[in-house]
Amino acid sequence: MGDDKVKVVDATGSFCPGPLMELIGQLKEMEVGDVLELLSSDKGSAADVPEWVNKVGHEMVGTEEKDGVWHIRVRKLK
Amino acid sequence: MRILIVGGGMGGTILANNLARRLHREMRDGKVAIQMLSASDRHMYQPGLLYVAVGRMMPQDLYRDQASLLEPGIEFHVDPVEEFELDANRVKTKSGKAYGYDVLVIATGSRIYPEGIPGLEEHGEFFYTEASALKLFRRLREFEGGKVVIAVGVPHKCPMAPLEITFMLHDYFKDRGLLDKTQLHYTYPIGRTHGLENVAKWATPEFERLGISYETLFNLKEVDGKRKVLLSEEGSETPYDLLISIPAHRGMEVIEKNGLGKSGWIPTDRHRLNMEGRENVYVLGDTTNLPISKAGSTAHFEADTLGENLAAMIRVGAPVRDYDGKVFCFIEAGKDRATYAMFNYQNPPDPKPPTQAMHWFKMAYNQLYWASARGIL
Ligand SMILES: Cc1cc2nc3c(=O)[nH]c(=O)nc-3n(C[C@H](O)[C@H](O)[C@H](O)COP(=O)(O)OP(=O)(O)OC[C@H]3O[C@@H](n4cnc5c(N)ncnc54)[C@H](O)[C@@H]3O)c2cc1C
Repeated sequence: MGDDKVKVVDATGSFCPGPLMELIGQLKEMEVGDVLELLSSDKGSAADVPEWVNKVGHEMVGTEEKDGVWHIRVRKLK
Repeated sequence: MRILIVGGGMGGTILANNLARRLHREMRDGKVAIQMLSASDRHMYQPGLLYVAVGRMMPQDLYRDQASLLEPGIEFHVDPVEEFELDANRVKTKSGKAYGYDVLVIATGSRIYPEGIPGLEEHGEFFYTEASALKLFRRLREFEGGKVVIAVGVPHKCPMAPLEITFMLHDYFKDRGLLDKTQLHYTYPIGRTHGLENVAKWATPEFERLGISYETLFNLKEVDGKRKVLLSEEGSETPYDLLISIPAHRGMEVIEKNGLGKSGWIPTDRHRLNMEGRENVYVLGDTTNLPISKAGSTAHFEADTLGENLAAMIRVGAPVRDYDGKVFCFIEAGKDRATYAMFNYQNPPDPKPPTQAMHWFKMAYNQLYWASARGIL
């Protein structure tokens, strides 16, 4: 786990295209197995992102909130 | 001080004119020189392509000579950049010339990338280039009914264009007496009908009222042209008779080739607009990696901020303000009704019910754009 490549995408203050769209766009360009950490100030993303991740079949690594910013970690599985 | 602007579209043109107006004395005295390099001698008002697709504007209405839009004193060359040598403060162009600078501004825009989805280029219709908008116009003329799917990919330029084409097509088919035989179906990548939550809140009941079906959490993976079916990343299948797509975009190849940013998006400071890690390189418009709308108005407001800041840096040695993420977009809600959305990094938009007056304002803006590009508005 310690060797995971983590790419951080700062989507705070993003209302359009929206943090989830930012995540979808960025994940497409990553390698299978890599982890993306999405930073979002939009609390809707905290619900939106896991819904999409599960539907598509990637893996939710974890979510935590720090000072109003959600840190959402997703592993690309396919 | 030599300022070199690469790209003569919305962002580059507005910035060049803004600077030339602010710094005309310095230019006259030989202290400041502004050069622009672009890939075309013409300037296209891209939002007009939407109207070309439904036969309400002609392609030639969308163009002006780029040189005619620029303030006197701006040196303009049609000579696309091929190599960015940022460490040497120099770019090399297609003609083989090298251009040096003290400050570089990159505004090369973005492009649709249907090649990224198997089958999309062959089987989809688009309206993001002159040729594809005309092709769609002809397809629509011949269309006699069936299922029309509008499939949206991300990121794309103009956040409202997918909704606008959908609403405009509704009225187009109605006017041609084809609505009874036509099913409009809209797909969107995330769990609502638009990236901006308040825009989705407005658009979804509008879709329902007009009988437009939609599927959210739909990311196009492949187009099976033989079966006329769209396959999504999420595992669903959607049949179509006519496929209209706003494919995911990329920035320009030259950006990627020169290692300035993955997929052609340049990492950019969200307030100062400089390229990350470079003090004398700035980025405007679609080619930034900022998580905000890729829109002409974004490029416009960024250019206003950068123009003011560069002029202040030359005069008093420091920038005067931050870009706040401001964007303003009209939203055509049919053939004769429109609304708008205004937002920035801190404040989401709040679209109002559409009116005819707002539609006419948009039609007027389609002409006023040329004054805005000249830096007058
Ligand atoms: C159908 C459609 C509808 C739209 N509707 C709206 C709308 O309603 N409202 C809105 O705000 N925006 C709208 N937009 C988006 C808007 O047109 C773009 O976001 C805007 O043009 C971006 O400006 P830019 O300066 O970043 O790039 P562009 O205006 O695309 O300009 C890029 C420039 O770079 C030049 N160039 C490219 N490569 C090179 C190179 N290697 N060297 C030198 N020059 C180069 C090109 O020739 C061009 O002049 C719409 C776009 C489309 C396609």
